[in-house]
Amino acid sequence: MRLPAFGYLEPSTVEDAVELLAINPGAEIIAGGTDLIPNMKRRQISPSTVIALGTIDGMSGIQVDDDGGVTIGALTLLHDLAASSEVPAALASAAAEIGSPQIRNVATVGGNLCLDTRCGFINQTESWRLASGLCLKADGDVCWVAPKGEECVAVSSSDLAPVTVALDAEVGLVGPDGSRTLAASDLYRSDGIDHLGKSADEIVTALTVPPRPRWRTGYRKLRRRGTIDFPILGVAVAVEVADDGRVKDARIVLGAIAPAPMRMRQAEEALVGSRLDAEAIERAAELAAKPVRPYDNVDLGSRYRKWMAPVFITRALQDLR
Amino acid sequence: MTGNVVVGRPGPRVDAADQVTGRTTFAGDIDRSGMLIGGLLESSQAHARILSVDTSAAEALPGVRAVLTGADLPVPYGILPVSQDEHALAVDKVRYVGEPVAAVAAVDADSVEEALSRIVVEYEPLDAVATIEEALASGTRIHGEGEGDNVHRRAALEFGDVGSGFDAAHLVREDVYFFGGNTHAALEQHAAVASAGLDGRVTLWSSTQVPHYLHRTLEKVLEMPAGRIRVIAAPVGGGFGGKTDPFSHEIVAAKLAMVTGRPVKIVLSRQQVFYAHRGRHPVLMWVKTGFDPEGRITAMHFKSFLDGGAYGSYGAASLLYTGSLQTSTYRIPNYKFEGVRVFTNKPPCGPKRGHGTPQPRFALECQLDEAAADLGLDPVTIRRRNLVEPFSMTVNHLRITSCGIEECLDRAVEASDFSAKHGNLPEGKGIGLAAGAYLSGAGLPIYWNDMPQSEVEIKVDRGGGVTVFSMATDVGQGSTSVLATIVAEVLGLEPSDLAMVTADTDLTPVDLGSYSSRVTFMAGNAAKEAAEGIRDRVIAAVADELGLSADVVVVAGGRVGSANDEDKTLSWADAVRAAIVRGGSLTGSGSYRAPDLAGPYRGSGVGISPAYSYSVAVVEVDCDSETGEVRVAKVWLAHDIGRALNPLLVEGQMEGGVYMGLGEALFEEQAFRHTLHRGPSLLDYKLPTFLEMPPVQSILVETDDPEGPFGAKEVGQGPLLPVIPALANAVHDALGVRVAEVPITPDKVVAAQRDIKRGGDGRFGPRSVPDYDFGRLTRVDPPGEF
Repeated sequence: MRLPAFGYLEPSTVEDAVELLAINPGAEIIAGGTDLIPNMKRRQISPSTVIALGTIDGMSGIQVDDDGGVTIGALTLLHDLAASSEVPAALASAAAEIGSPQIRNVATVGGNLCLDTRCGFINQTESWRLASGLCLKADGDVCWVAPKGEECVAVSSSDLAPVTVALDAEVGLVGPDGSRTLAASDLYRSDGIDHLGKSADEIVTALTVPPRPRWRTGYRKLRRRGTIDFPILGVAVAVEVADDGRVKDARIVLGAIAPAPMRMRQAEEALVGSRLDAEAIERAAELAAKPVRPYDNVDLGSRYRKWMAPVFITRALQDLR
Repeated sequence: MTGNVVVGRPGPRVDAADQVTGRTTFAGDIDRSGMLIGGLLESSQAHARILSVDTSAAEALPGVRAVLTGADLPVPYGILPVSQDEHALAVDKVRYVGEPVAAVAAVDADSVEEALSRIVVEYEPLDAVATIEEALASGTRIHGEGEGDNVHRRAALEFGDVGSGFDAAHLVREDVYFFGGNTHAALEQHAAVASAGLDGRVTLWSSTQVPHYLHRTLEKVLEMPAGRIRVIAAPVGGGFGGKTDPFSHEIVAAKLAMVTGRPVKIVLSRQQVFYAHRGRHPVLMWVKTGFDPEGRITAMHFKSFLDGGAYGSYGAASLLYTGSLQTSTYRIPNYKFEGVRVFTNKPPCGPKRGHGTPQPRFALECQLDEAAADLGLDPVTIRRRNLVEPFSMTVNHLRITSCGIEECLDRAVEASDFSAKHGNLPEGKGIGLAAGAYLSGAGLPIYWNDMPQSEVEIKVDRGGGVTVFSMATDVGQGSTSVLATIVAEVLGLEPSDLAMVTADTDLTPVDLGSYSSRVTFMAGNAAKEAAEGIRDRVIAAVADELGLSADVVVVAGGRVGSANDEDKTLSWADAVRAAIVRGGSLTGSGSYRAPDLAGPYRGSGVGISPAYSYSVAVVEVDCDSETGEVRVAKVWLAHDIGRALNPLLVEGQMEGGVYMGLGEALFEEQAFRHTLHRGPSLLDYKLPTFLEMPPVQSILVETDDPEGPFGAKEVGQGPLLPVIPALANAVHDALGVRVAEVPITPDKVVAAQRDIKRGGDGRFGPRSVPDYDFGRLTRVDPPGEF
């Protein structure tokens, strides 16, 4: 597989990067490149220009904010996030389970947050896709997973995405109109093609996690092997525990089931007031798993992933006891 | 065996340092002056008529030097003489997605890719056949080969009388098993480089396991005398049977070099490797076995249905292999085998490590555990009561010689504490056992001839340097080191003293190739004979020179002469010069041809071997009873190697067999959405990683085979066989589910558990096989000595 020809730009500031993005329509941003480069080799995308962020100073590192929250530069390596004791446990453990050691030494936090959605019909070579028939997500007009549907159902496969939603985190964006923040929950859209809630001309510069003094957080990942594989189910959980030992607030967010992380509010509410006892966990897991309707478009099929949803939600919550 | 110095001593391969430091030049690393890059256009259709191929836009691209289509290479070929059904580039029809349709040579890889995208193929799509059931039912005919419809080959053989055997049985079980297809996934993608000189000679370097068969194929397809074609097997980065056919890219590279007058290199993409395939056949199996009250087998009737993919490849042999070795481990007094191999519109299946025998071995060893449970026996006892005897004949006329199956069973059971653990481990943990046997070389060559299967030549120069010439092809298994070990032992030298020239049709005498676990046994015997000829001449010369009787002269430690008197010895180099003075050029040759072992029936050529290796595996697992995930805690593997020429290499092969077996048992699947490969990439094809690989305890059992070189037998393939059913039996012990289908993925385990909760029997897998007429039954009397 060969890369298509493309222009390559190396801005030295975020502002320059934003400007280059504005004057190069269809350009793609590259940081670690572990998502973009294979996608380009497979011709899922063939951007005329690639704008590299690696030469921009000040966009990496993990810093504890004055309010006790944490700000993580978008260029922070996943390895460094995984190794950090400053960030909530769920974030570090999710980062530690992404890809392989080699990938974590190259791939970045921003890159994983913006990871393209994945599907067995899209993450294939061009010749494979021509044999299959092109699909909605790249140059085609049909979804081979759900042929009657009109929307792409490629799966959000970021391990960090559900965790950031569960942590009520925000991303920092810089665009032509300046900088702004966006709730992580708004960064994701339930559309396999246009899956990011930011504007195409905005660049993610940082991830900010609010202070969470009383929260316990965790992440569970389903995949075939102990490394390398993308999640085929991710469960991010966070609970705030009051002084009386009862759950005051909760988050249950599922990844790798749909084009966007799915927050399971009914299940969250069921946990509130409980002591995270077995009964409450079982009820929450049941409620959270009920709406799970995975498609057969990633490894191990839809039936098994649906079966595993309550198991993994239960285990993730048990981890917090 | 006493007195051996090199034989039996563990040591690294002679080529190890170069390989692990990146110095080895694999075919893909070859770079020659003026070399062009070649590429293949893959069919986008599973089954279609080719109406036209328009190459004009590709030819018009600057940088393109040649474009070929099927019309340029019209001669059909195939590895077996009975299956000459392939073309280097599709002619008239395509039969699977990925089949090569056209080829390009250009100045660089980008030009190749651009040119391939400009070739316009007009197809008329035809109905495509994806499964065994569809192939047997469909009116669509994939091609004119085979026995009609989509049936490639059928077989129906009966040895003894299974009817009376079942009548006499106390227990008769009928079970259905399915073994999903998988592929070799060698680290090195297939690659070939060709050059053609103005002298009318063509040279091809290729990552092949079979330079001799490739040579013959090129002679046929290029329509050139073999003497003008030179095939060199470059160092091979893993084969496992996947580089044992002649391939499109090899023929195309040679043709492109001839057309352009420039060297041409083709390296298959990983996707193209999945499409080239020739991997494990998916096999659907029905097994009916009768047992007496003590668990002794009274009869077995075995039916297999093979999904062959689009072409013959080794399939005619693969089919028979699914029926031939059931009798090699257990005494089966009455045995009936019926099999059929069908064509489907998928990449062709062929030989993968164990060639056609892991599938029936899985079925047989699972069923033995199931029968043991029915009879109230344990897995060790039922096997012990059925073991074949050393130096015996099987009902289907296999000649068993040395046989260490009983010692393998004893030692694996003891080392693993199997008997205490089986049935007694806590919920979720389990232990399983299985046995297996494999050939030390196929008894017959692929094309019928009376010539030796291996020849080795040795040349000794005046400085004492010894060069060994052999076409045996090191595919990572260490065959070059094994030959060096044998020659060094005979000549009293070190393996590192020898120059090894291998796998080059211009320079080396024929060896049939690295398949069927034949090299140690066959080329090893030829090398031993060649070395002994050299040794005898040197000893005679030294005896003469030093006034000793030849029978007291020994070769050892680089010196030749009296064993007791250092002064009455010569250095190896002086001894060699003495031999050259007396007898001229010091060269020697040896050859090996297996004894005639074929039984009195058509099809008896498959399964015969001059010796069989035996293996017993015990696998302990730790299952997650909620997710169905199976973690392998440890594997114990006892293997009857005959004699370990180099125990380190033997253990390497055993551990590799465990790795590959566990991959097949748990993860790997050449899976399709109808006819389209689900994911021809190493991300989607789930090879186990370091994290999935358990500790392995290798137990070497030595039985000194009377015909093997220094008593040695094979180890390349046999150790894989019992691993897969042992794993399946361990999962049953852990969770009570019988996943009768490979791979045993977590979704199947959970489905079987849910079946138990609903009151079912906890079995996952197909429950029936097609009602099929296997054709006229050949009845064969058991051998007289049986």
